[in-house]
Amino acid sequence: MTKKGRILTIDPVTRLEGHAKITLHLDDDGQVADARFHVTEFRGFEKFCEGRPLWEMPGITGRICGICPVSHLLASAKAGDDILAVAIPPAADKLRRLMNLGQIIQSHALSFFHLSAPDLLLGMDSDPAKRNVFGLMAAEPKIARDGIRLRQFGQEVIEALGGKKIHPSWAVPGGVRAPLSEESRERLKARLPEALRIAEEALELFRKISGRFSEEADALGNFPSLFLGLVTRDGGWEHYDGVLRVMDAEGAIIADQVDPREYRTLIAEAVEPWSYLKFPYYRKHGYPDGAYRVGPLARLNLCERMPTPLAEEARREFRRTAGDKPVTSSFFYHYARLVEIIASVETAATLLDDPDLLSSHVRAEAGINRTSGVGVSEAPRGTLFHDYQVDEHGLILKVNLIIATGQNNLAMNRTVLQAARHYIRNRKIPEGFLNRIEAGVRAFDPCLSCSTHAFGQMPLQVVLFGPEGETLDERTRE
Amino acid sequence: MKVTTLTINGELVSASPGATVLEAARENGIRIPTLCALEGLSTVGACRLCLVEVKGSPRLQPACVTAADEGMEVSTDTDRLRRYRSMILELLFAERNHVCPVCVANGHCELQDRARQAGMDHVRLPYQHPDLPVDITHARFGVDHNRCILCTRCIRVCDELEGAHTWDLAGRGTNARVITDLNQPWGDAVSCTSCGKCAEACPTGAIFKQGSTVGEMEHRSDRIRFISAARARKEWSP
Ligand code: SF4
Ligand code: FES
Repeated sequence: MTKKGRILTIDPVTRLEGHAKITLHLDDDGQVADARFHVTEFRGFEKFCEGRPLWEMPGITGRICGICPVSHLLASAKAGDDILAVAIPPAADKLRRLMNLGQIIQSHALSFFHLSAPDLLLGMDSDPAKRNVFGLMAAEPKIARDGIRLRQFGQEVIEALGGKKIHPSWAVPGGVRAPLSEESRERLKARLPEALRIAEEALELFRKISGRFSEEADALGNFPSLFLGLVTRDGGWEHYDGVLRVMDAEGAIIADQVDPREYRTLIAEAVEPWSYLKFPYYRKHGYPDGAYRVGPLARLNLCERMPTPLAEEARREFRRTAGDKPVTSSFFYHYARLVEIIASVETAATLLDDPDLLSSHVRAEAGINRTSGVGVSEAPRGTLFHDYQVDEHGLILKVNLIIATGQNNLAMNRTVLQAARHYIRNRKIPEGFLNRIEAGVRAFDPCLSCSTHAFGQMPLQVVLFGPEGETLDERTRE
Repeated sequence: MKVTTLTINGELVSASPGATVLEAARENGIRIPTLCALEGLSTVGACRLCLVEVKGSPRLQPACVTAADEGMEVSTDTDRLRRYRSMILELLFAERNHVCPVCVANGHCELQDRARQAGMDHVRLPYQHPDLPVDITHARFGVDHNRCILCTRCIRVCDELEGAHTWDLAGRGTNARVITDLNQPWGDAVSCTSCGKCAEACPTGAIFKQGSTVGEMEHRSDRIRFISAARARKEWSP
């Protein structure tokens, strides 16, 4: 990517444990030529699955990361369905959908209320010691409490289905292991009105304050890019199934109705020596021009309508902020997340009225009927692909996982680059720059353990390199 | 025959004639941890978890294969024994790849139970991480050598109760494996009657029913005991 100047290969192992490491590279004119967000997680996971029976995959991949176990569980079970070549019982389909909605609600609530609200409500330059969920609790107790309640609701949905809060191994190839109990259904239904109220108020609040952040909205991850995600066959919002769609920055749909099994026709993956995360890109546009974004912002740009009334109204308003073009500022990931929480609560309400959820016919039995299978769903952070190859008995030969944070990797790098160009002057990393970068990266809600310290700021290490690879400046914070 | 009288943990107890120390202890409600022993099958003394101290013998004795003798003085729960048992368990965990949270037998595993009872919270030995295969060529069952502790229950149940003798032990030391027929894939083992007794007898997730997902494999080793006892009583013979 660098035109001039030397590119340093930084051994990712030298990074500070638990810190997100960012390196900035200046060219001869002192301009920021390149910025890299180094990711060293997810090492060797795919290898670890090789040789395991297909049946164990949902349980194993559900432990890839403690941050979105449900998403991996569902994508893995779907890849399993594909290999069994079965249509799972309708009840199982609805139950899995309900669980995914629970996951979206809890994850988006965590991202907005716990991780980003301190920045948004207390200000990005406020006292770092207080710019966390505790500070929020002191300054805005109602909002903090609401956030906790909303997240709890999402977690309760997951728990009512999967049993265990964090690592459910409930979805399996062919369906799910157990339906919802009558009692859980009533309990969840009783909590719906509160959840919806909180979601609506949060959206209202965001609309009110977002004007204060016009500089950030412009300088943090505001650039044209492609968007990729699932939509329903008729172009509606989708979170669990459906077909793939790609949109360009002008809003033109450049690929549509693509069977998720054919994802390779859309996506290719590049590797860089300084990151363990692969860099997926839109195949036709090449690397790195084919950078695309996934996740809430992409989903709301891609779909033509939401499935429920309040969410549809909110989506229209969201899209109006950009005229008839897609919304391109990554800052509006927050906005999109809030619209999706509303959609998820409303959709969960409809599902909870469906008598199918209590059906005991939730698992299709079948053997290995195909030697490869793809499972795709929308994780809170974006489209998640599980692609397996098995032998004739169902032993895993090869696994390819494409995670949302990986797909947003190029965009996160561009966000950092954009911020660096905006804020870096005189070969120095200015005060407050780390906060800006943190906010910029956080908008994507990356699923890296360093990014999910709910009770403090993201541990960050930023190093500024000169054209000869010499270290010019460095800032670290715990 | 008259009963045997011996002392276990300082208490005078009586045992049925011909009983082992393990049986004598169980008859008197004294718990000795075991892994390879399974009621209804012959005993082999393979795992050494049931070690006890016998007065007058400098060496520890496996309770499952040691006869309860008249006047014997046995201790089942000393510091030394606890140390040995922890070490045996840690060796078992370090030897192959036991990853409980993703195992089909999680929550229904005798190895896991024993470790929990022994208060094992970590393994002091380096994990060997051997590269071992999983055989799921059989239509109904699978064997994952990563989780096998070589207790030979499968071999014994197949030989002694089913009479098929599909299972055997091949190799020595760290190369030891349970095999089916003459080391054929299980699916090709013609002697196998697919009765599933090995899956019921296996203490870990090593032998499992096809299609089991995490934590779904519940072994019913009580069935082995039941079949064996019924047969001994000639319950179904005319
Ligand atoms: S497969 Fe199971 S029953 Fe057979 S030796 Fe291994 S652990 Fe024991
Ligand atoms: S139970 Fe006695 S040696 Fe295994």
